[in-house]
Amino acid sequence: MNVSLILIILLIGAFATYFVGDKLASKVALFFSLAALGCSVVLLNHFCAGEDISVINAWITQPKISFALNADGLAIAMLLLTVALTPIIIFSSFGNEYKNAKSFYALILFMAFAMTGTFLAADGLLYYIFWELALIPIYFIALIWGNGDAEERRKAVVKFFIYTLAGSLFMLVAFIYLYQKAGSFLIEDLYKVNLSAGEQLWIFLAFFLAYAIKIPIIPFHTWQANVYQKAPTVGTMLLSGIMLKMGLYSVIRWQLPIAPLAAKEYMHIFIALGVAGVIYGSIVALRQKDLKKLLAYSSLAHVGLIAAATYTLTVDGLRGAVLQMIAHGFVVVGLFYAAEIIYRRYETRNISEMGGIRTQSPKFTSMFLILVLASVALPGTFNFVGEFTVLYSLSQINICFAILGGTTIILGAYYMLKMFQGVMLGETNSKTFADVTVNEGISLVVIIAVLIFFGFYPKPITDLITPSLETILNVINKN
Amino acid sequence: MEMDTNLALVLVLSPFLGFLINVFFGKSLGKTVSGIIGTVAVAVSFVVTLILFNQITSTGKAIQVTLFDWIQISNLHIDLGFLLDQLSVLWLLFVTGIGSLIHLYSISYMHDDENMHKFFAYLNLFVFFMITLVIGSNLLVLFIGWEGVGLCSYLLIGFWHKNQDYNDAAKKAFIMNRIGDLGLLIGMFIIGSMFSTLDYATLKTAIAGATNLNLPLLSLAALCLFIGACGKSAQIPLYTWLPDAMAGPTPVSALIHAATMVTAGIFMVTRLNFVFDLAPDVQTVIAIVGAVTSLVAATIGLVQTDIKKVLAYSTVSQLGLMFLALGFGAYEVAVFHVITHAFFKACLFLGSGSVIHGLHGEQDMRKMGGLRKAMPITFWTMLISSLAISGVPFFSGFFSKDEILMTAFHHSIPLYVIGSIASIMTAFYMFRLMFLTFFKEFRGTEEQKHHLHESDGLITFPLMILAVLATFGGLISLPGNSWLNEYMAPLFTKVAGEEHHLGTTEYTLMGVAVLGGLIGILIAYIKYFKQDNVPESDENITGLTKVLYNKYYVDEIYDAIFVRSINGLSKFFRDYVETGLSAVVFGLGKVTNELAFQGKKLQNGSIGLYLFAFVLGLCAIISYIFLAQ
Repeated sequence: MNVSLILIILLIGAFATYFVGDKLASKVALFFSLAALGCSVVLLNHFCAGEDISVINAWITQPKISFALNADGLAIAMLLLTVALTPIIIFSSFGNEYKNAKSFYALILFMAFAMTGTFLAADGLLYYIFWELALIPIYFIALIWGNGDAEERRKAVVKFFIYTLAGSLFMLVAFIYLYQKAGSFLIEDLYKVNLSAGEQLWIFLAFFLAYAIKIPIIPFHTWQANVYQKAPTVGTMLLSGIMLKMGLYSVIRWQLPIAPLAAKEYMHIFIALGVAGVIYGSIVALRQKDLKKLLAYSSLAHVGLIAAATYTLTVDGLRGAVLQMIAHGFVVVGLFYAAEIIYRRYETRNISEMGGIRTQSPKFTSMFLILVLASVALPGTFNFVGEFTVLYSLSQINICFAILGGTTIILGAYYMLKMFQGVMLGETNSKTFADVTVNEGISLVVIIAVLIFFGFYPKPITDLITPSLETILNVINKN
Repeated sequence: MEMDTNLALVLVLSPFLGFLINVFFGKSLGKTVSGIIGTVAVAVSFVVTLILFNQITSTGKAIQVTLFDWIQISNLHIDLGFLLDQLSVLWLLFVTGIGSLIHLYSISYMHDDENMHKFFAYLNLFVFFMITLVIGSNLLVLFIGWEGVGLCSYLLIGFWHKNQDYNDAAKKAFIMNRIGDLGLLIGMFIIGSMFSTLDYATLKTAIAGATNLNLPLLSLAALCLFIGACGKSAQIPLYTWLPDAMAGPTPVSALIHAATMVTAGIFMVTRLNFVFDLAPDVQTVIAIVGAVTSLVAATIGLVQTDIKKVLAYSTVSQLGLMFLALGFGAYEVAVFHVITHAFFKACLFLGSGSVIHGLHGEQDMRKMGGLRKAMPITFWTMLISSLAISGVPFFSGFFSKDEILMTAFHHSIPLYVIGSIASIMTAFYMFRLMFLTFFKEFRGTEEQKHHLHESDGLITFPLMILAVLATFGGLISLPGNSWLNEYMAPLFTKVAGEEHHLGTTEYTLMGVAVLGGLIGILIAYIKYFKQDNVPESDENITGLTKVLYNKYYVDEIYDAIFVRSINGLSKFFRDYVETGLSAVVFGLGKVTNELAFQGKKLQNGSIGLYLFAFVLGLCAIISYIFLAQ
């Protein structure tokens, strides 16, 4: 039994969903996503029992490309994030009607397939293929099922597509250069290849361009807010919950260990860039009128902090970053879902048209508030564990980074509570707001349960990821 | 050991269970039942506290309970664990004791509110977090409680959430507290990296055993921690949220914003006394901030007309006095005042709640008066508490305040003078409140006058208990024979306080303090009883009074400096920077497009042009080859 099983399930699921037709598509997609989750849990057990669940098969001989999937703790953690969020995301769409539903749900599963592949791939070119493959479904999802003016949407989505694709091309060039040197795309060969400091810098920057656009790190973020706003909520969740973690994960998996000298030399610049993103994103979020855009900028701020932590090159920084990636994945999916729940009732994302929901819908208010609090990293939520570790790691590099990055706890509270007040509080809204349905409630409760459970007991995840992070750090520090 | 773990779990989980029951079943259980469940949940914690207190006093040994690993950082292992020692159990006594009384009071006070079950849920949740804050065995568990009580404070200030002004007040409280919390976090980071632990007991040993301590860095940590304390305990410059917090229901003001939560800063400094003792400069800062806060808040309290606002500024001022004591390393003195203050200030707030309840929501003292006869129990209990806060012998506040001033006198005369002036003002504004509220003729509407009545037993019973405590609370630490100092002695590295020998100086100081208090009361008597003055209506307030009435315009200043500038910046970023960056990306696309377009022109099918380019290229290659040789 190995991890390729998950990929197969997701891929078959995508085809099956497409062929069962519009009526059953959503249910079949949910079934396959849950099957992938179930199998992942079984695999996790095998992994924890010490079994090797990685795969390596020769694929193309000239150039030498292998079908290699490496399942270490870190990759498994990201795999679990993907397969746990996918059913939640699919289930969250159950209240909506989509035209051509079979394609819609098939694309979701296909995207989960590509993202899972990206996390698992241990061969540079295979990884690159998965990385680019993930872009295609989200492009169509955002373009076809998105909302707002079609022309503007097309402009935003095409910009996103070309921008990220262009960034990734530099990564491809870097891989080809590395292949020339190493004679292989296999990750462990790439880790071993000897590069001069100058070469490393170029490789590092090429990777950086790809990742900075994907994550995004300021000032490469301009595609984000518009696409988040225009995409259907399912697409926004896929983007913010999982896809942007591909970039952060890749920093840890590929960029840092392949170009460690450059990473060490310039780490302060990249940490500063991440921290600047925290402040910039938070401040821009303060004056957003559109709920989804506000959450987009909040996301920009949070990932800035995570990115900063990855560049600390310490075990605390990497561990905090991964914990925060997972925590952020769940909370951001929950928040976008809450925005969707409001949209279903009020058909608006404009905060000024909301307000006074609390009196009508106490259950929804409580769940929304818990998500808001998790997002501002209240102790007892998973996000606090992540944020605390991240800020601690920054303080070990330079206390100023921790202070500046720490402004997120103040500014975050400011824009989130302001938003909460605008959306939920005040005089009873004249438009009625039906409380959450059972389906809506289930998704939110699952997310909240995850956030609170790991808020108090993050040990299972920490234990899972730490050994592989230490291995990667060894690679970084060996050169 | 097993037994202790169970006790600790009951202690902390009982209010949490109350919270869960009220959240999920409160509405269907009905108001009274939900109130009783809430009250019993806290009362159970109180009983457990009594058992623990008994155990601690008899064995003298602290109880350490470790539940499980919480957060792992390379050189830091942070457990979820509890420390039950003299300090935490003492704090628990009044948190759960006064907490129970205030829950009981709320059953009657909140009975007309449609969301009473939610009120009790939040109140229970608050007690849960407050207990966590107090019994945490390390700084990070304290931080769970610290932020948790902040959350409950947010929920309860904005309890009447239809009113956006209240929501603003709630938000302001949360955000200002978070400024302090960042300080606390940074303080933790520094301590964590210096000593590889955040656990109190381990930290104490590490500091005691350390050679070559980096004292400047430790001082920085202490300063950061103090910033955290400033936020939670409403000290300058982070105090402006507390008066606004009065938007919450009055029992909340009594429990959270007077007796318990706002003392968390003092708790934390006392808990880490061994850190602060090594940072004398920071201690000086604490003393100065405390003294100045006590004076500034007292001056504002002089002219407020809202009964709860007077009490709120009084709380800020009294907290300032506690920090004054902390700044001199007189932790036990500060703790003593925390306790007596909890008694009389809770009583005063609950009393004011009784008045507000009786007047159907009126809080303006200009529209009160003459309530003495209609509300005798409220009157007497509040009078006792006012005497206590004014430092009249031999009420509880007399002993605690006197010790603070005496300590100040021994260390710094200017700070002693500031503290004394603040105390005189306290006596004045408290009796101003008493005279305006309870004496002379009633100034409200006929309608209200008709309905004047004493509150029911659930309200008056807690008042009476608190009044008794406010009267006799001073007995726990009599000058020269202090049970409290002896009890707390194991906590402090140095000899507990310099026991004041009661000499001439001490008696003189005591006399001066008492005289000051009496003068304050006398001025209030002349102005508001003899001369029958009533504060002017808002538009007629002028001059210095207006400045004080408007709280030195600090809110406006903060608004102009911080809130507006950050919002302006946000607007600038949103409208210009974002658009600019976006234009750059599109620009790159356009440039590519343009290049392609120009390139396309070359491919126009004209053989002549192609031939020309071919020849040009050939020439270039040939000349390159030749030149290269």
